[in-house]
Amino acid sequence: MAVRLPRIGTAQIVALGLILVANWIVSPQFFDIRVQDGRLFGSLIDVFNRGAPVALLSIGMVLVIAMRGIDLSVGAVMAICGAIAASLADSHSLPVVLAAALGAGLLCGLWNGLLVAVLGIQPIVATLILMVAGRGIAQLITEGRIVTFTSPDLAFLGGGSVLGLPTPVVLTLGMMALTLLLVRGTALGLMIEATGGNPRASALAGIGTRLITVAVYVWSGLCAALAGIVASADILGADANNAGLWLELDAILAVVIGGTSLFGGRFSILLAVVGAFIIQAMNTGILLSGFPPETNLVVKAVVVLTVLLAQSPRLGGHLAGLGVLFSRSKSGGKRR
Amino acid sequence: MNLRALLLASAVSGALFSFGAQAADMTIGFSQIGSESGWRAAETTVSKAEAAKRNITFKIADAQQKQENQIKAIRSFVAQGVDAIFLAPVVATGWDSVLKEAQEAKIPVVLLDRDIDPAGKDLYLTAVTSDSVHEGKVAGEWLVKTVAGKPCNVVELQGTVGASVATNRKKGFEDGIAGASNVKIVRSQTGDFTRAKGKEVMESFIKAEGGGKNICAVYAHNDDMMVGAIQAMKEAGLKPGTEVLTVSIDAVPDIFKAMAAGEANATVELTPNMAGPAFDAIIAFKEKGTVPPKWIQTESKLYTQADNPMAVYESKKDLGY
Repeated sequence: MAVRLPRIGTAQIVALGLILVANWIVSPQFFDIRVQDGRLFGSLIDVFNRGAPVALLSIGMVLVIAMRGIDLSVGAVMAICGAIAASLADSHSLPVVLAAALGAGLLCGLWNGLLVAVLGIQPIVATLILMVAGRGIAQLITEGRIVTFTSPDLAFLGGGSVLGLPTPVVLTLGMMALTLLLVRGTALGLMIEATGGNPRASALAGIGTRLITVAVYVWSGLCAALAGIVASADILGADANNAGLWLELDAILAVVIGGTSLFGGRFSILLAVVGAFIIQAMNTGILLSGFPPETNLVVKAVVVLTVLLAQSPRLGGHLAGLGVLFSRSKSGGKRR
Repeated sequence: MNLRALLLASAVSGALFSFGAQAADMTIGFSQIGSESGWRAAETTVSKAEAAKRNITFKIADAQQKQENQIKAIRSFVAQGVDAIFLAPVVATGWDSVLKEAQEAKIPVVLLDRDIDPAGKDLYLTAVTSDSVHEGKVAGEWLVKTVAGKPCNVVELQGTVGASVATNRKKGFEDGIAGASNVKIVRSQTGDFTRAKGKEVMESFIKAEGGGKNICAVYAHNDDMMVGAIQAMKEAGLKPGTEVLTVSIDAVPDIFKAMAAGEANATVELTPNMAGPAFDAIIAFKEKGTVPPKWIQTESKLYTQADNPMAVYESKKDLGY
């Protein structure tokens, strides 16, 4: 055992690898990739393309959770921003559409941030307000129907490709790189970790915890807006009833699978994104497998449980203990 | 106080909604579920139009998906002494006591679109609903007729797991193709009735079935999933409507656009006009004393590319779908 595996990230990368291999076993053409209309085409590409919205959400969510917060509103913010983008797409140019949708996401994040940081409302309650009201706002924008558009500019963000890679994947990688640059290239990440670990001590040490909290919720809103734009562009329409529905839970799950604690402190953006792709790899695998749909959620639950258990240091300890017990009882049997 | 506020509110909403009906000789209250889907919005629009056609004063109470709101609305309709009550029940159970109140006030109740628990059968006059098993069967029979004996592998996009509509539309389709050994369902997954999931599931089907070459037809439990599936097929370089046949259910406007473009083949209508037959039943009951059958089944009409899809699209697009 000369090679020591890195303490962080091994479980997630191994899990993703295992799920991809499992997908390949249930569906032998899983790794086949060809070029279709100048765009890479294959099940593996689907995993990253379909996983992009949750991956985007998880980039914002991981920062919020690192501050010991939570953002339940991201699914509803997706619906709002998707609805705005789809409603404006045919009458305005792409920059205007994007500015309006991203601006709405920014405002939603600002609202959450102010409720949490200034009014001191618990994050789960503060963001629950927008989670419930947001979907209503989105339905008001679309007047309860599915608003469709034909603008090729906006459609490119969902169905287009850059150098063969689907645009949603490129946007996700771009957002991840930008966020990493912001929080790891500066002391911001350290301040977020400090605030999550102990807000009072951090404030006393001179960190502007209030401003950082607001900024983190705004970033989460922006990520959700981008995810909403991608989701709308993908189906060439805004479905306010279903866009982003329950995706906040997938995003939280992605962050947790990525090893970030809900109690705040240390976080990993990269592993949260890996977590999002683990979830999607599982979903795609289930779709390819041909299992009856009634089993979807059970399969998903078992895989998630396994990934989380694999990360648990305490379980590792117990397993080692069991191993010792087992070998003891076996040798005991021999003696008798 | 509360009751009075409620009465006032329903009177105001009644006044708002009964616009256009002059010389009303009948007042009917309608407890609508709420705006859960485009179809529901279209049902409300069509109901208002059908009421206006018959000079009926029509009062709609929006229950916002809550049974307690529906019960309150029915009580207020009873208190106002309307001539009949229409109810689109949000759940199947828990209606016994409020429907008994209506019965004691001698106000007939007609169920629209959904049925209630069998225990309450004598509590309402009739139920106007579509038969979702029959809808699936119409779709299946169309496919059998269209492929005319050629072998055909079908992939199925199911509705939400456990929803009765999904179960019934699946069963009906299976019944429809039961006699044809050449038509086989090779894959079946849930697309949750949404465009996004329909597209995602179809993408996987295409890859799992040799790039779509083994797929002869797609059957979707609703049109929205089919719209998503059509996009997935186009992005994979397939030609829906010609290379791959499509048949789905609901007849929402967007599927007619796809049909006009030659990208969809057929849809079975879930008519938003549930109120029309209900009005006729009530009028016959009130004027001639004709007791309608306990169940009035609405027509499940099949539309294909031959039915001038663009004209149907124009007629449906403003209904609120």
